[in-house]
Amino acid sequence: MKKPNDIILRAVTNVAVVIILTFAVYLFFAGHHNPGGGFIGGLAFAAALTLLFLTYDINSIRANFPFDFKVLTAVGVLIAVLTGVGGILFDQPFLFQAFDYFDLPIFGKTELATAVLFDIGVALAVIGTAMVIIMTISEDR
Amino acid sequence: MTILHIMILIPFVFAIFVPLFYKYFNKRLHTGWFVILIPIIIFVYLLQLIPKIASGATIYETIPWIPSFGINLDMYVDGLSLIFGLLITGIGALVILYSIYYLSKEKEALHNFYVYLLLFMGAMLGLVFSDNILVLYVFWELTSISSFLLIAYWYEREKSRYGAQKSMLITIFGGLAMLSGFIMLSMITDTYSIREMFAMSETIIAHDLFLPAMILILLGAFTKSAQFPFSIWLPDAMEAPTPISAYLHSATMVKAGIYLVARLTPIFGGTAEWFWIISTVGLITLLYGSFNAVKQIDLKGLLAYSTISQLGMIMSLLGIGSAALYFGYGNEAAMYAAAITAAIFHMINHSTFKGALFMVVGIVDHETGTRDIRRLGGLMTVMPITFTVALIGSFAMAGLPPFNGFLSKEMFFASVVKVMEMDAFNMETLGVLFPIIAWVASIFTFIYSMILVFKTFRGKYKPERLEKKAHEAPIGMLIAPIILASLVIVIFFFPNVIADLLLVPAVAAILPSLMEENVLEIHISAWHGFSAELYMTIGVVVIGTIMYLTLKKWTKVYRLYPQNLTINALYNNGLESSQRIAASITNKYMTGYTRDYLAYIFTFFVLLIGGTLIVSNSITIDLTNDAPVNIFEMAIILSMLVAAFTVLLAKSRLTAIISLGVLGYLVSLFFVIFRAPDLALTQLVVETVTTALFLLCFFHLPKFKEQTKKQKKGVPFKPLNLIISIAVGAVVTVFALSANGTQIFEPIASYYEDSYELAGAKNIVNAILVDFRGIDTMLEIFVLCIAALSVYTMIKLRLSRREK
Repeated sequence: MKKPNDIILRAVTNVAVVIILTFAVYLFFAGHHNPGGGFIGGLAFAAALTLLFLTYDINSIRANFPFDFKVLTAVGVLIAVLTGVGGILFDQPFLFQAFDYFDLPIFGKTELATAVLFDIGVALAVIGTAMVIIMTISEDR
Repeated sequence: MTILHIMILIPFVFAIFVPLFYKYFNKRLHTGWFVILIPIIIFVYLLQLIPKIASGATIYETIPWIPSFGINLDMYVDGLSLIFGLLITGIGALVILYSIYYLSKEKEALHNFYVYLLLFMGAMLGLVFSDNILVLYVFWELTSISSFLLIAYWYEREKSRYGAQKSMLITIFGGLAMLSGFIMLSMITDTYSIREMFAMSETIIAHDLFLPAMILILLGAFTKSAQFPFSIWLPDAMEAPTPISAYLHSATMVKAGIYLVARLTPIFGGTAEWFWIISTVGLITLLYGSFNAVKQIDLKGLLAYSTISQLGMIMSLLGIGSAALYFGYGNEAAMYAAAITAAIFHMINHSTFKGALFMVVGIVDHETGTRDIRRLGGLMTVMPITFTVALIGSFAMAGLPPFNGFLSKEMFFASVVKVMEMDAFNMETLGVLFPIIAWVASIFTFIYSMILVFKTFRGKYKPERLEKKAHEAPIGMLIAPIILASLVIVIFFFPNVIADLLLVPAVAAILPSLMEENVLEIHISAWHGFSAELYMTIGVVVIGTIMYLTLKKWTKVYRLYPQNLTINALYNNGLESSQRIAASITNKYMTGYTRDYLAYIFTFFVLLIGGTLIVSNSITIDLTNDAPVNIFEMAIILSMLVAAFTVLLAKSRLTAIISLGVLGYLVSLFFVIFRAPDLALTQLVVETVTTALFLLCFFHLPKFKEQTKKQKKGVPFKPLNLIISIAVGAVVTVFALSANGTQIFEPIASYYEDSYELAGAKNIVNAILVDFRGIDTMLEIFVLCIAALSVYTMIKLRLSRREK
């Protein structure tokens, strides 16, 4: 197979991936009050990884993200379930989400919610699922 | 959470940690030493409850589980459940002790073994202590599942898998029947509590659903307790490791059916149907089991059939004893109450001597390498202690003094003799069969007991036929059977200790109305004059000895019955043909083509949604309140149409995929116009990732054009697909417009508008996702996780197959 001349794609990707990843993280945290959230953030993250993968190859992704995405998916689901169980421990229904406002240094008055923990689980599960599927299919040559 | 609940749940919790113990400590210490603590703790806890229960008190503790459905962990301790609890934990501790020496810590997957065992123990404890029938059912099925896992413990053997599947199919079938029976019961009584049902016994018996409910529940009990004709699973379950056979398949799990029958006697007892079904099935099972045990050549097979027969005996006693509720009070009732006493007493005795015998057979198997009666013999001098235990166990099983089996066997004879005189349920005509069947079955019981002990331990020692050089088992392996064998003798000499402490409260739990009458007096004595039952025992011994000595002359009768008419053959044929039929049906519609599956899905969608729309007459299209369509929207729609037709008419697949992507992005543009930024974002990202995914699959898809090029240009036109796709589009459009036009009830959207106060989130969509409907999201990521793993598995499986 002839080596494709994709210097432009590579150059753009190197910058774009950083931007997309940052945006993904922003989307994740914005979710509470603005459009975004675990699902979208996770998918955007996965999209960045997919772009990387399309530009380079599977091995460079492996080298840069040296963990098993199957495990990541499972960890995500586990986090989501455990935050649900957390509610039970405080004598609340399963998946009860609490929130309160705290005065933190630097940030000032900040709202902290257990829903974010649950959202982390969702995001991890989404990233893991997308990457597991993409990587498995691409390996099947 | 009370101590009682902790005791019942502790095996489950501990089971989680067993693999850790196995991983970190097994090299130094057998995992069994950790596990054995659990039954001992629970056993001691139950022991200290005895005085309280014996004084007539009961314990009731509850914690909510699913309170909105009335399903709570209602735990109830009375005489009956206490006996079972003691058996489960007592025998459980001994079996674990035995297994520590039986299963090598180097070779066996002990973590699996003990996890399953603890799972079973917890399930069994939950089963006997539950007052709520649905909770009871859950634990009931858990015992079936753990039994399945334990039978298939050596899953690399084909016979183990066969036996496990058989036991699973039969007991789960019974379990499901029982569930429907339970549901009927709760429909009649409007409660899930067994104790509350006791009070409504008359309502239940008068109800139309009485008979179906009773039969369905009995199906559960009979399949679990291996009653004829469901008994066929028990001999095959003997593929399990011997400690498991001793524990599940003789001492505890198979007695769950007995427990259920005893537990429900106050509800159904006293009716002719209950009496007849249970005592007949019990007696047939008794005869069938003992008759078939004699022909076995595998020691465990012999014990399996003997267990079937003994369970039948206990079952028939429960049937006979239920007549006590028909009479209700007075001497007559007390007479039949004696049958219930005999049932519970024999159940305890059976657990002791049969547990010991299983362990003995396990030892013989372990030390000689075979369980084949034809190859064994003369082990008496080689294994003297094992022989002694076997002798005690077998003689107790045969019903000889001075062993506890004698006492309960005599009580059994006394009950079947007495039942002849009963003047109810048409016993005048058929009553005489009871003692005859009982007596004949007891002769066979005597014969197989003798075979078990004498064919193995007497006769000529044939070391050349054994796989290993036989020697006495290590002392650790002998402790558990010795304890059980000593119990066999101790119970014979002090039966009334057990009677006062355990039997009286148990019988009081089964026959509550008699308890109020104060007629319950249980006194067990070995010697009660020259009565009918004593003559019956003497007859059994004499005729049994003669038949044992002439065994070779009459065993031909076993070959008379044709092999292909047995229940086993019936089961095998049924299983095989059901698999064949299922495969042929499935192969008809599972074509392996996604396009076919999509066609099924969409057809059903059209029929279901479209049909509902038409049947419920809810097609109302009212466009008057809708906003006008402006030019910008019009332009997007036009672009979408172009994109959609491009997909259809594209000459290359790449074009089709990209047009599909265009279509998706345009949809997200719509979300932007209608001010749904969350949806727009999601649609954008999803579209991006799926398009990338599609491109990845590109390599694997078959050629788009080439095979069709020869015929004509483009994708072949399929009229059926056209109809389906147009129908889907039409249904969705009509559905959306109708949904917009009708408003049957208040929209729930206003609730979510308070999301900032309720969930502290200004983004309603996100608040719904993570908070209001969090469980939906949780299950969705479950689905994602499962999908990812299935894609992974399917592709990896195919890869590894290709490599071969």
